[in-house]
Amino acid sequence: MTRAVHQSTPHDSASLHVAGSARYIDDIPEPPGTLHVYVAQSPHAHAKLITLDLEAVKRAPDVVAVLTAQDIPGTNDCSPVMGDDPVFISSHALYCGQSLFAVAARSRDAARRAASLAVAQWEPLPALLTIEDAMAAESYVLDTRTLERGDVDHALQNAEHTLSERFHIGGQDHFYLEGQACLVVPSEDGGVHVRSSTQHPTEVQHTVAKVLGLADHAVTCEVRRMGGGFGGKESQPALFASIAALVAHHTGKPAKVRLDRDDDMVMTGKRHDFRVDFTVGFDASGVIAGVDVVHAVRCGMSADLSAAIADRAVFHADNCYHLPAARIRSFRCLTHTVSNTAFRGFGGPQGMLGMEQIIAAVAAHLGLDPLEVRRRNFYRPGADTTPYGMVVEDFVADQIVDELADSADYSERRAAIVAYNASDAAAATGIRRGIALTPVKFGISFTTTHLNQAGALVQLYSDGSVLLNHGGTEMGQGLHIKVAQVVAEVFGIALDRVRPSSTRTDKVPNTSATAASSGSDLNGMAALRAAETIRDRLAVVAAERFNCAPEDLTFADGTVSCADQHLPFDALVKAAYLARVSLSATGFYATPKIHYDAERFQGRPFYYFAYGAAISEVSVDTLTGEYRVDRVDILHDAGRSLNPAIDLGQVEGGFIQGMGWLTTEELWWDSAGRLRTHAPSTYKIPTAGDRPRDVRMALWDQGENREDTVHKSKAVGEPPLMLAISVLQALQEAIWAESSQAGMLLDSPATPERLLMALASQHNE
Amino acid sequence: MSKKMPISVTVNGQTHDLLAEPRELLIYVLRERLDITGPHVGCETSHCGACTVLMDGKSVKACTVFAAQANGASITTVEGLGTPDSLHALQRSFREHHGLQCGYCTPGMITRAAKLLEENPTPTEAEVRFGMAGNLCRCTGYQNIVKSILAAADEMNAEQEVAE
Ligand code: FES
Ligand code: FES
Repeated sequence: MTRAVHQSTPHDSASLHVAGSARYIDDIPEPPGTLHVYVAQSPHAHAKLITLDLEAVKRAPDVVAVLTAQDIPGTNDCSPVMGDDPVFISSHALYCGQSLFAVAARSRDAARRAASLAVAQWEPLPALLTIEDAMAAESYVLDTRTLERGDVDHALQNAEHTLSERFHIGGQDHFYLEGQACLVVPSEDGGVHVRSSTQHPTEVQHTVAKVLGLADHAVTCEVRRMGGGFGGKESQPALFASIAALVAHHTGKPAKVRLDRDDDMVMTGKRHDFRVDFTVGFDASGVIAGVDVVHAVRCGMSADLSAAIADRAVFHADNCYHLPAARIRSFRCLTHTVSNTAFRGFGGPQGMLGMEQIIAAVAAHLGLDPLEVRRRNFYRPGADTTPYGMVVEDFVADQIVDELADSADYSERRAAIVAYNASDAAAATGIRRGIALTPVKFGISFTTTHLNQAGALVQLYSDGSVLLNHGGTEMGQGLHIKVAQVVAEVFGIALDRVRPSSTRTDKVPNTSATAASSGSDLNGMAALRAAETIRDRLAVVAAERFNCAPEDLTFADGTVSCADQHLPFDALVKAAYLARVSLSATGFYATPKIHYDAERFQGRPFYYFAYGAAISEVSVDTLTGEYRVDRVDILHDAGRSLNPAIDLGQVEGGFIQGMGWLTTEELWWDSAGRLRTHAPSTYKIPTAGDRPRDVRMALWDQGENREDTVHKSKAVGEPPLMLAISVLQALQEAIWAESSQAGMLLDSPATPERLLMALASQHNE
Repeated sequence: MSKKMPISVTVNGQTHDLLAEPRELLIYVLRERLDITGPHVGCETSHCGACTVLMDGKSVKACTVFAAQANGASITTVEGLGTPDSLHALQRSFREHHGLQCGYCTPGMITRAAKLLEENPTPTEAEVRFGMAGNLCRCTGYQNIVKSILAAADEMNAEQEVAE
């Protein structure tokens, strides 16, 4: 029997992509009369708007409409949760690049030129730009949260050793290759059809309705695919969809917003940067007795999704390690910078990096191999409860780490590197090498429990072909092909008989964002149930015809069989149609077992954990700070993978993206709060040339989800990003080899400049 | 209004006579006037490579070529290499070896790779990496892109041998 799941099938749109015929928003032929919208922005980080004169803008050639906060018929807010993200500034600018007004014109160029004719008067106000500014001013966008378990003060006071350190973790721009884009067509009855490049069609629908003052049923949001999302198209598209919808609403014409790269980078939120302070108490063998950790999180000018992001950082402040006593405080800083947002890992990476740096500091202090310290602190039976009170039932990081350390000769290579760094050759060339192994344990489920639900709509046509629709969106991660595989498996038909289609709020309503790595877990299950409902109906028809029990039927290879009786699937479908059996069904899934008391920070927020481990080896030129990643070994747990090739793609892509975050991608704001790295000329994501020379990557062959997920698979979108912590720590090891002062933690991104400065400060000590 | 100039460009074998604005860029001629939307816009500053096309046999980034500069030129876009029903070896290879995720970079990657293999039909992995360094991909880690190009090179060389 041919299986559809657990196969490395190409992406469902691959043939279209390679031919250049897959359409993104900006590729869709524009309906006649489409207006192009430019969004004018605040030039100040914090200022009061005194006057805004738009007369010249309105008179400019080809301009059709100019819209400000006054032109919003509904609510001037496009925030996901808290009501604090105005579509247009009405009185105060809260970041440089904040949306001020919109110009709709017959061409993008005309709109943009016209916008520059606006005359605005501002009264500049003092701006808080950095975490340091905000912490000093006690400026917070959300309440400070503390997770505490055990007697931390006692544990630290009685520990054999204690260490206190501080380090910074930089943010990251999503740099999805397709920028924010949206096309809105007004409908006959005052509603709008919104095509948006969004991970969250339902939120775009609801926001547009709120801004236009319409009921949700008057707005349809559709998305076929995105050119990358990574979290940057979770809450961010709502602003641009709202603006395009406003233009469509006021003019009766189709309207398009497509940001150019610079505007996209300036106007949209990024990964949160963090300052981490910690005190750790431990014994002479490196076993941790307690930690006191402080996260200072730069949220920017509004809450956006920061509450859940900062919480997830707290949930991952343990990573794979048992902390008998832990206090984690999380300060959510309000600054006059763009509101930071979801980005692959959603706070988890920052929380986890904090813990891995604690391990590195402990190992350096004791002169131990960090891997030994890791192993001594791993969760294990009897020491398996997280600080938030969840028992880790499925811990496999230790097994994965053992297997990887073995297959990649970690110990031998580390010994060779230590010897090399002490050698004359190293002294003569100035090249130092480093190696690090870091594990990942990542919690799967939205920590906002109600979001863990999904719907699907499966339609079987009378010729036996299937149209598949579900609430998840395709951003390149291969969600549609995975869910199609699940459905093909249910019916026992060839994959090309199942056609994934656009995600639409008028087909599957009230969906959650495609985020938190949950896409195939949730939507795969919902589609599975919908398909099974239809299959059960077909089974009744087949059982009658074969005169057998429905349970004795098999659906495989395009044929329905009972013992030696067979019927082609398509013929059965036709028969069912003629027998007046419904051939369409919805499916619904809500993740079981999870519960979480947000007040107390306790519960089981995650259905299960995904695991992985990576070893990175680097060479650093201590004279220039330049470095190279020589080799990477990765072993990652995708459970029983639905599609190993697609999942490996996620592992590799996630790793490289994480490496960019921690090494080359530097966001730099000037003292006026203007982002200066707003294009690929200055903001460096990894290129084909930056890829490590030697990458050995595998899915863990013993992987199997203990929980009852779709075909025992595990989520794989976000966890691999954190494998890149090994690169940062390998660089750190190499730097430490240069000095007797091992233990100084590197800030990230660890650009060559920053490495050089770290080396210089060590030399000066 | 600035004076428009008449230009003639041949795209994927078809000649088009147009009136171009002096500042008009080739990428917009292709995408907005001719509805050839395979080449994408990723940065408009010649860094990402999403807009890569062949102009008179050279790889160019169409976002930084004026329409006027393309006057008289012959342009090949990804659409000119093959169609969904009859794909070029590189296109097949990118599909089979998972050389794409979101696919936004793919047309530029394939068009660039076509030129790379024309110049160097038997590249090493390092040469492919170097040759593709002007094309960004945010989704993959480039591994499968490089693999796709090397596999296509093998296939094209094998076809070549059969033909000879
Ligand atoms: S759009 Fe031309 S290189 Fe990026
Ligand atoms: S596949 Fe998404 S940018 Fe390359």
